[in-house]
Amino acid sequence: MKKNDTNLLVKGNEAIALGAVAAGCECYFAYPITPQSEIPELLSESLVEVGGTFVQAESEIAAANMLLGATACGKRAMTSSSSPGIALKQEAISYMAGSQLPGVIVNICRGGPGLGSIDPSQGDYYQTTRGGGHGDYRTLTLAPASCQEAYDLTIRAFDLAFLYRNPVVVLGDAILGQMKEPIKNWKERVVLDGKGLDWSLSGARNREPRLLKSLYLSDGALAGHNRKLQEKYQAMRKECDWEEYRTQDAELIVVAFGSMGRIAKSAVRKLREKNEKVGLFRPISLYPFPEAPLDRLAAQGKGFLTLENNAGQMVDDVRLAIRRHADSGLHCVLPGHLANPDDLLGPIEEAMPAKAG
Amino acid sequence: MTQAIQTEEKQVFRLPDVLADTATHFCPGCHHGIVHRLLADVLDQLGVVQDTICVASVGCSVFIYNYLLLDTVESPHGRAAAVATGVKRANPENVVFTYQGDGDLAAIGLSEIMYAANRGENMTVVFVNNTVYGMTGGQLAPTTMVGQKTTTSQQGRSFETDGAPLKMTEIIAGLPGVYFSARVAVNNVKNIKKAGKILKKGFANQVQHKGFSFVEFLAACPTNWRMTPVEANERVGGEMIDYFPLGIFKDNDNDGL
Ligand SMILES: Cc1ncc(C[n+]2csc(CCOP(=O)(O)OP(=O)(O)O)c2C)c(N)n1
Ligand code: SF4
Repeated sequence: MKKNDTNLLVKGNEAIALGAVAAGCECYFAYPITPQSEIPELLSESLVEVGGTFVQAESEIAAANMLLGATACGKRAMTSSSSPGIALKQEAISYMAGSQLPGVIVNICRGGPGLGSIDPSQGDYYQTTRGGGHGDYRTLTLAPASCQEAYDLTIRAFDLAFLYRNPVVVLGDAILGQMKEPIKNWKERVVLDGKGLDWSLSGARNREPRLLKSLYLSDGALAGHNRKLQEKYQAMRKECDWEEYRTQDAELIVVAFGSMGRIAKSAVRKLREKNEKVGLFRPISLYPFPEAPLDRLAAQGKGFLTLENNAGQMVDDVRLAIRRHADSGLHCVLPGHLANPDDLLGPIEEAMPAKAG
Repeated sequence: MTQAIQTEEKQVFRLPDVLADTATHFCPGCHHGIVHRLLADVLDQLGVVQDTICVASVGCSVFIYNYLLLDTVESPHGRAAAVATGVKRANPENVVFTYQGDGDLAAIGLSEIMYAANRGENMTVVFVNNTVYGMTGGQLAPTTMVGQKTTTSQQGRSFETDGAPLKMTEIIAGLPGVYFSARVAVNNVKNIKKAGKILKKGFANQVQHKGFSFVEFLAACPTNWRMTPVEANERVGGEMIDYFPLGIFKDNDNDGL
C-alpha cells in the first residue's frame, strides 16, 4: 500500500478493510478464506492500532456469532468471508435480522456450488438478496464495482446498518478483491457520538433491562414482529442506488452489477464507438433493488439485456422491475470463466432491438 | 401490666431485586429455578447486577430472561460462547455470562465452548446438565448416561453406538487457558450452599479479570426422565453424581475455594 495524504493504491479487499477503519469499526471477527484474506490480514493490525478488537474465530459460524454479540452492545462491527463461509454465517445473520442487530458482513464471492473455485462469481446474488438464512428477512446489500466504491460503500454499510438496525452485506467478488486501484477521499476515522443506541446492552444501570431476541412464542407476537420488520424493509426502499451510463438515447440497456457491471461498461463504451445505441444500468444496491428507474427506462420502450457472472439470478429482479413494458434477455458468463469486454460485444450486439427484431 | 418489648428489626432474608416477581413456568421439580435463584444471589452479593450482560441459549434455559432482570441477548442454539465472546470483547467492563443446557453446550456448541475456554475469555459459563434435550422432549443428549432411556434411545444409550457421556467440566479443566472449572449440584441444601459459593467464585474471577470460569450444574428434568420430582432429585444425588463427580477440577487460585 502506498499512501500519499489523500491517495492510496490498494486492492479492493484492502479498500474494504480501510473503509471499515474509517467507518469507526470497533470489532472485527474472521476466519480465513480465499479470495478475501487480505481483509483479516490488514485488520488484524490496523484495527488493533486504532484501539479496535480483532478475533480470529474458530469458524465462520463463531465469527458471525461474535459479530452478533458485539452488535448487541451497539458496537460498529464487521465480519468478512467468501461464499462457503458466508453460507455458514447465515444462521447468525438470520438471528441478527430477527433481533434487529446492525452487523456488517462482507462477501467476496467465489464460484460454487460446494467448494467450487476461488474464481470470481456472482453466484450468491439470490442468497444475499433473499435473506440467505431461514425466515422472512432481508439484508441491505451493496455491490461495489471499483476499489473506490468498495471503500465508500463499506463506510456507507455501517451507517445504513445502524440507521435501520439491520444486517448489511457488501457483496464483491475475486476481481474486486484482488485488483489494485487508487482510492481518493481518504477519510479520518469517524468519532462516534454513542447516540441512538438506546436499545443496546451495557448492563441495566439505572434503567430497565434490555432484551435482544428473536423468539416470539405468544399468540400473534411473531406476526406482529414480522410486520414491523416488513415495514422496515419497505422503508429501506429509499436507499436504492445505481449507476446509469449513456442510457438516455440508448435503445438497449445492459443491466449488470459489481465487477460484471464494470466489464459491461467497457463493452458498452466500445460499442458506442461503433455508434451502437447501448447504455448501462448498474444496480449498486442489490437489496433494495432499483426497480423504479428500470421501470422508467422500460416505459421509454428500450430493450434489456442482463449480464451476469452466474447462471442467471439478478435477471429475475430485472424482469420483475420492467414487467409492465418489457422483458430482458440474459447472457451468462458461468463462474470459472473470467468475463472480458470483447466477449460481451457479440451477445450485446445480438440483443440490440433492431437485430433482435 | 404488660411492658412493650422494643426490638430492632433486622432483615435476615430478602429476595434479590434482580429476581423477577413472577410465577415459574418450569415443570415441578425442575432445577433451572434453583440455579436462577443462585445466580440472582451471587450477582447481588457481588454488586454487579447493573453491570451484567446475560447470553441466553436455546433450550428450556432460554427463558432465563423472564426470571432475571438483566440486559440479555439471545444466542442461536449452541453459539452462546461465541456470542459472549463478541459481547465481552465489545464491552470488557461488563460482567458477561452464558447460561446453557447440555445439548446446547456439549453437542451443537462444543466447538464454540472449547475455543472460548481455550482463548481464556474473561467470562463465566453456567452449564446446566440434565442429561437430556429438555425443551424438545427428552432426546438423547451428549451427557445421557449409558443405559439411560430417552425418546431417541428407547433401549437405553449404547456405549457402542453413541459413545460415553461427555464430562465437560473435566474436559474444560484440561485446557490451559481456563482459570476455573467446577461441577456442583442443587439436589439438597448442603449442595445448594456449596454451589452458591462456587458460582460466586466463578463470577468473582471475572470481576477480578482472572479469566474463563466454568460451572456445571447437575440438574433434574423430571418431565423427560419420566420421574416424580423426588425420584428425579434422588437420581441426581445417586447415579448422576457417581458418574459426574462434584468438585473443583481446576482453580488457578489453588486456595481450595
Ligand atoms: C439449530 C437448531 N437445532 C435444533 C433446535 C431445536 N432445539 C431447541 S432446544 C434444543 C436442545 C435443548 O436441550 P438442552 O440444551 O440440553 O437444554 P434444556 O432444554 O435441557 O435446558 C434443541 C435441539 C434449534 N432450536 N436450533
Ligand atoms: S422439560 Fe425438563 S428442563 Fe425443561 S422445564 Fe421441564 S423439567 Fe425443566
